[in-house]
Amino acid sequence: MAISEAIVLPQETSEARLERTWGRPRGFWGWFMNVHHTAIGVRFMVTSFIFFLLGGVLAAMMRFQLSRPENNAIGPDLYNQIFTVHGSTMIFLFAVPMMFQGFGVYVVPLICGTRNIAFPRLNAFSYYIYVVGGLLLWVGLFLKTGADAGWFSYVPLSGPEFTPGKRSDFWAQMITFTEVSALGVAICLATTILRQRAPGMTLNRMPVILWEKLVISFMVIFAMPAVMVVSSMLLMDRTVNTQFFNPANGGDVLLYQHLFWFFGHPEVYIIFLPGATIVSTLVPVFSRRHIFGYTAIITSVVATGFLGFGVWVHHMFATGIPQMSASFFTAATLMIVIPTAVQFYCWIATIWNGRLQLKLPMLWVFGFFFVFLIGGLSGVMLASVPVDWQVHDTFFVVAHFHYVLIGGALFPMFAGLYYWIPKMTGRMMNDLLGKIHFWLFFIGFNLTFFTMHFLGLRGMPRRVYTYPAEMDWGGLNMLASIGAIFMTAGLLVFMVNFFQSKATGKLAGRDPWKAGTLDWAVPSPPPAYNFLELPTVNGREALWDAAPNQPIVTGVRDDIPEVLITNSLDSEPQHKEELPGASIWPFLTSITVSIAFIWSIFSPWGIAYGAIPVVVTLIGWLWPRGHSPSPRQSVLEGKWTR
Amino acid sequence: MIAASNSVRVAAILASFFQGEHNSLHPAGPFSTNIEWLYWAIFWIVFVAFVLTILAFARASAKTYSRSEEMLPIMKNEEGDRKAKWAVGTAITITLLTLFAVLFMSVITGKKVEGMSSSNPVTIQITGHQWWWEVTYPNPQADQTVITANEIHIPVGKPVVILTSSADVIHSFWAPSVHGKRDLIPGYSSAFWIQADQPGTYPGRCAEFCGLQHAHMGFSIIAEDEATFEAWEQQQLQPASDPQSAETQHGREVFLTHTCVMCHTIRGTDAGSRVGPDLTHLASRKMIAAETLPNTTGALAGWIVDPQGIKPGNKMTPNPLAADDLNALVTYLRTLQ
Repeated sequence: MAISEAIVLPQETSEARLERTWGRPRGFWGWFMNVHHTAIGVRFMVTSFIFFLLGGVLAAMMRFQLSRPENNAIGPDLYNQIFTVHGSTMIFLFAVPMMFQGFGVYVVPLICGTRNIAFPRLNAFSYYIYVVGGLLLWVGLFLKTGADAGWFSYVPLSGPEFTPGKRSDFWAQMITFTEVSALGVAICLATTILRQRAPGMTLNRMPVILWEKLVISFMVIFAMPAVMVVSSMLLMDRTVNTQFFNPANGGDVLLYQHLFWFFGHPEVYIIFLPGATIVSTLVPVFSRRHIFGYTAIITSVVATGFLGFGVWVHHMFATGIPQMSASFFTAATLMIVIPTAVQFYCWIATIWNGRLQLKLPMLWVFGFFFVFLIGGLSGVMLASVPVDWQVHDTFFVVAHFHYVLIGGALFPMFAGLYYWIPKMTGRMMNDLLGKIHFWLFFIGFNLTFFTMHFLGLRGMPRRVYTYPAEMDWGGLNMLASIGAIFMTAGLLVFMVNFFQSKATGKLAGRDPWKAGTLDWAVPSPPPAYNFLELPTVNGREALWDAAPNQPIVTGVRDDIPEVLITNSLDSEPQHKEELPGASIWPFLTSITVSIAFIWSIFSPWGIAYGAIPVVVTLIGWLWPRGHSPSPRQSVLEGKWTR
Repeated sequence: MIAASNSVRVAAILASFFQGEHNSLHPAGPFSTNIEWLYWAIFWIVFVAFVLTILAFARASAKTYSRSEEMLPIMKNEEGDRKAKWAVGTAITITLLTLFAVLFMSVITGKKVEGMSSSNPVTIQITGHQWWWEVTYPNPQADQTVITANEIHIPVGKPVVILTSSADVIHSFWAPSVHGKRDLIPGYSSAFWIQADQPGTYPGRCAEFCGLQHAHMGFSIIAEDEATFEAWEQQQLQPASDPQSAETQHGREVFLTHTCVMCHTIRGTDAGSRVGPDLTHLASRKMIAAETLPNTTGALAGWIVDPQGIKPGNKMTPNPLAADDLNALVTYLRTLQ
């Protein structure tokens, strides 16, 4: 093995020294200076969970308004703001930041066996910029200038003529904030996965979760620019009088839809694949065996990554696109069923030939199987152009995508939370409360959203703030609203469980699930430096496949925040890299960037003058720090201890 | 006894899930019938797929379930995996073939629904407005062009061409009994067919979110036999009849001297604005305000006085008229057959 060329330095790898090097900065400002991935990952999760609860409150308000025909509780102006902010919050402020950024930032460096994420300051910056974007949207709602043109904000409705004021600008700039954040994290995660894996974790042995995070990172890098472009074009139409989307002056309103859905459909997979990731991670653990069909699953994930970019027109079948071109997108949409089916069959085979232990996280995985399967199959129906002409923009579609997104993201998220919270807090969640949470949520969810299939078939369009009694939609809507009560109760049980177990739960220990990935090789919660001794890997499941005398990496300095860089294919040690340490500059930069972005809503000059403080803070960020000899030269000083 | 009545009740509730006139599964014409057939065909396919997959999960779980509190050691099952490879391969092949079948049925149905020809069909131009439908029956002779709102009359049993356009934002024209939906997009114009095979009234609604009153943007399609349809067309071509009584004359006076004329047309009078619906034959329509209210004297009066209370955000301004003015106006409008 080429590993033998690597490194040994003096053997004083003391915990104290690592603690001093990697330890969290103290004090009030220390919180803003922290750039460690476990801290930022937890912040992403907590913040996005708060946005999830806020979005849930809006959902409950909608269900209250729709529970009876001709209900006057909420007027159209407020209702439109509520459903717009609900959708935007759940997609941009919850689903992606939780499933991609939250889990990714927390878990990926641990599973890679490294001490921090690549570009930790960019990662911290991505968190702050996301928070500002979320606040922007919600402050808008509380100031009664909430965005009200839908989470998709189609032109011309969202344009300057039909939405005067600043409502759509808040929405468009929120997009910029959250997508900058997602792009930043995508770069950090892709680099971490490609260059910071533990020696021995070749591409062929990379856990499924890393493969999927890598694919998703690239999807983010290719998809997010489309929506940033389109929201910026909308903003320019609104603030500097460009005419991109004004048909009266030769603009094109369909262009908006193409650009939006070119982002919008990959976005669905950016939300679903992290869920599938969690499932592919948990199924082997709770079946007590390696995953069946590793290669098939990885191929499927990569195929989904590509196919996800070829299906966007199925959101636009009703626009009058010619039958022939629409059929192409039907074919592409049906084709994407195949990789998902492959994953389903491999999960079944894993359980079939394993030993199923239905612990709490696995219960949620079973919820995922049931719910996501229904969502995927109603997606097969929607892929057909003529069927879509009938059910498009009705509650049938609302049912479909809640089955897909709640099934594909929320159920796996709870599975992942019950699985990793013991790692994060060091304490186990209560089993009974977790089961109560599951059944309340599962029953409530199906009550609410299965009912909506019937409402859609019976002709109830989406995004209506009320409906006439003659249409006879009242009973089904009442049923759907009752389901929402169950879901709310389930979430309350979860909150109680979380705070109670955090305070008094059973200690989890290093590895309560006897799992195979490297995140379970560190104490719970992980120390600031993650790994006291940097691991090497001998198989796809690092802990299950470890040799009795599995070597560790030595020679990585502990007096500076240094990590081992390995090559992308075979993860052979190449050199060592000093990562940037704690710094206030990412936070300050996020403030100056936010000022420029928000200022630009009110005046195009905001970008010009706002750039000046951004440059100042960037200079601070990039100011060279005189440190130890260039790490690149100390690469091959020692040898690998075997 | 109780069980029986309960099951009857459950059956009634289940049946009610599929009821209603505005319903994709109650087709009234060849297009919607084809789509309904396709819907059920794909539905049964995915239903079988659902049952089989869930059964596979249930079997796998029941077969290998362990109650152990402790996490069990890691196992290997190479013999089982060899078999599973075949099973998964077979399942994938079946999935692939099924998806091809779905694609085939979908494209064939799409062709059936789109490819249509008819010589000299009735053509109707639908223009979406926030939040009502302008309905025009174009004719090369301007005085032979029927213009109305929210109520679309078509001859029964004949294909009708719908031309789409929008005056402001994107709307979507959807009457599920006769066809699927089609967006009305500003700057674009498209055409599609509808057909109803039974006489009757078929409701429709706007399906694309279009602003504050998207919820109250309905229309109806009235399919009637050829003779009735032509009679209706002839009647719609007439200008408004002159008021006969003193009260209706006063009513017309009110109409022409208040804000009404800023937006509405009544052919045969000086009112000729095209911002709002054409009122020349208002009284012939069953509903007002895009299917929001029945066309009765009381509802009409309420609408004129307080449109913002009934349909908040719509473009009509409130008209605080004196009681006798209002009565005269409503009486006059009710004569516009």
